[in-house]
Amino acid sequence: MSVTTIDYSKEAPVVEGQPSLRGLDDLIAKPIDEFPHRNWFIGLAITGTMLMIGAVSLGWLLWKGVGVWGINQPVAWGFDVVNFVFWVGIGHAGTLISAILFLLRQRWRTGIARFAEAMTLFAVLCAVQFVLFHTGRPWIAAIWLLPYPNQHGVWVNFTSPLMWDVFAVSTYFTVSAVFWYIGLIPDLATLRDRAKDGIKKTVYAVLSLGWRFSNRHWQHYERAYLILAGFATPLVLSVHTIVSFDFAVSVLPGWHTTIFPPYFVAGAIFSGFAMVQNVLIVTRTAFKFEHLITLDTIEKMNKIILVTGTMVGYAYSMEFFIAWYSGNLTEKFVFINRAFGPYWWAYWIMFTCNVFTPQLFWFKRMRTSLLVSFILAIFVNIGMWFERFVIVVTSLHRDFLPSSWGMFVPTVWDFGLLIGSFGLFFTLVLLFIKFLPAIAMSEIKAVVPGSQPAHHGNGAHHG
Amino acid sequence: MADTNLYAVTALFRTPDQIIAAAKGVKEAGYTRYDVHTPYPVHGMDKAMGLPETKLGFVTLAAGIMGAVGMISFASWVAAVDYPQVIGGKPYWSWPAFVPVTYEIAVLLAVLLTVGAMIAFFFKFPNISHPLHDTPYMKAVSSDAYGVAVRADDPKFDEKEVRDLLKRLGGEVSPVEFSEEFRTFRPRLFEPRFLLLLAGVALVSAGGGYVTWNKLMFMPPFDWMMMQPKAKPQTVSTFYADGFGMRLPVSGTVARGFTLYPYTITDRADSVGALMVNPLVPTATVLSRGKQKYLTYCSPCHGNAGRGDSRMNGQFPNPPTLHSDKVRQWPDGALFHVMTVGQNVMPSYQYQISREDRWAVVHYVRTLQRALNAQESDLQ
Repeated sequence: MSVTTIDYSKEAPVVEGQPSLRGLDDLIAKPIDEFPHRNWFIGLAITGTMLMIGAVSLGWLLWKGVGVWGINQPVAWGFDVVNFVFWVGIGHAGTLISAILFLLRQRWRTGIARFAEAMTLFAVLCAVQFVLFHTGRPWIAAIWLLPYPNQHGVWVNFTSPLMWDVFAVSTYFTVSAVFWYIGLIPDLATLRDRAKDGIKKTVYAVLSLGWRFSNRHWQHYERAYLILAGFATPLVLSVHTIVSFDFAVSVLPGWHTTIFPPYFVAGAIFSGFAMVQNVLIVTRTAFKFEHLITLDTIEKMNKIILVTGTMVGYAYSMEFFIAWYSGNLTEKFVFINRAFGPYWWAYWIMFTCNVFTPQLFWFKRMRTSLLVSFILAIFVNIGMWFERFVIVVTSLHRDFLPSSWGMFVPTVWDFGLLIGSFGLFFTLVLLFIKFLPAIAMSEIKAVVPGSQPAHHGNGAHHG
Repeated sequence: MADTNLYAVTALFRTPDQIIAAAKGVKEAGYTRYDVHTPYPVHGMDKAMGLPETKLGFVTLAAGIMGAVGMISFASWVAAVDYPQVIGGKPYWSWPAFVPVTYEIAVLLAVLLTVGAMIAFFFKFPNISHPLHDTPYMKAVSSDAYGVAVRADDPKFDEKEVRDLLKRLGGEVSPVEFSEEFRTFRPRLFEPRFLLLLAGVALVSAGGGYVTWNKLMFMPPFDWMMMQPKAKPQTVSTFYADGFGMRLPVSGTVARGFTLYPYTITDRADSVGALMVNPLVPTATVLSRGKQKYLTYCSPCHGNAGRGDSRMNGQFPNPPTLHSDKVRQWPDGALFHVMTVGQNVMPSYQYQISREDRWAVVHYVRTLQRALNAQESDLQ
């Protein structure tokens, strides 16, 4: 029998070739050591312009109030909540890659974990601004968001999903930031020792806290990393679950469904991986990281996109099935209206980008093509933005009384803030790539062939 | 220890296998104050150095329990004791609703305290003035070399022996000395300039906070909550022709449940009074309501007992007593009529006392009359 057998127990190498450790430092620290390339400045000019558009929109919003947005009755949640859920969703990939894949010993995560984590932080920042500004008077938001003792004797309502959301998102941001920073400490120390000019050296020295690569420290450090990964894993799942409670705990048809938590989490991972894929492909090409972020990594990312995309598709279908199966007329109307009502185009953009186009990833040729991966990832981002638009707007625009029906028409300021949030995100990504190592040096060194004692083979890094 | 300036003798190695062997060698030679420096965690090193298991997990456990117990107690106290509100018809202490916040705070506290304890107590960080910093040795182990450092304050330390041992293990040996700067460094926490800086920072942040929360928030545009562009009662309006902020109801507007009183002051009290019947039953509640209204509106002239003997006597046309035969023989409706439209110099009280309350006052006046002219039959 001539059957070609593939040995699935053999992992693809995480790092291709046989780079020297110092060579890895040189390569990864190159964007930091050198004066940036012209393209970096062009990129920064574009994202900076977008950021300025956002800043102007924000200024106008603060001056006039949320009336400048297209929201009104019955659609009182518009782009603000759509963008919030979208960006929080994007933020899920980073911690998933750094925590869940770490616990599952997926060594291919090593090359991409660092900037996926950075993207998590930036995405959550983008998300937080929307919830904060949609309160109308963000400068006194602390008063109703945080439980603090006050002279009015008033406390927040701990049974409200919106309150859970405050706790979930702020905990998620803090834990992700700590996780990211802990991972950065050894690399900051390496940069400190590479730095030639004084200011750079001082800054990296202070940020690295005095790390000495001591094994007596590595011992605790690895355990802390494991503990943090263990905590971050359920945290990733909890955040979008709680975001979905904002909708699911209400009694509005279209929102009041038990499928929301898993459906939101799958969607968040889906969109997060797509955004990481986009930034990954650009970074990898621009800085010649091809042998650190291998094609195998990209293929595995695409597989996860395919899986989560299909899960999201299942959720879409199941919502329709339950609407019919429940026999509830209002529920049924909401879903038929969602797909064939005035916002049918949004629904079908969502369905096409999230469910149909990712099916191309069943083919290995598509999964391993950079161009196809990049374009499909953009489609996924578009689709996932429209998913949130569909959930928020179509559930609201047909109120219970036909006399209260209305439409949501975004204003130029809605778009201005959306563009601004993308500007903020990509500006932060560009600055991150310039000033901090985009790939975790100390982690990638540990998985280079020959980096571990011979009798240990090349076992999994950490824990 | 011949040379007090010496911090440690170090050796650099080129492969992970060598460094494992070197760590074992140094440990077996009996040294305790040594450390291994590697650019990434090398597997099996903890065993080679004979390090005990890290205790970090206990910090996490304690912090997590503290966070969970603290948060669920706090949320329960807020929702059930200090600020109870009915939300969705649920009991005050709906503990399942506190699970999300409890979970988040447990995770937050566990992570922050674990990392805080690791940095501050396990690492003794931040510390950027260590003798090893900025040495060629540190620059090598931060990139691609593996190093061992045996400290000069080790009880077994002897420079020559250590050098020989490390050389035998295959390392490139070099000593690390305390730098001049390191030896002469003194913390300057109490320098006047630094204290001045601290005072300045405190002053600026306190002042900034005061101005922001007590002044800025009351200036435009941040005073939107107070300064709303709307007409309030008793304010001038430039929008309406008559200049009043408040508006009169459209003429002919009638309040809900209101029926127009059909008689006027020109109607005789006893004749129109006979046409109306008191709709209230003289219960204790009605009488106390009537008493309250009587004492408020009627007693200033008629006196507390209705004798017409208030302190207005002599300063104003005397009001008649309510205990005259005429008034006692009036039907209830006649009293009601007088209260509603007035009589002689007495004005109308229909705007001050509601219709129902006027009927209650009628009952109260009847009680007063009965009390001052008690019959023998009342004693029973």
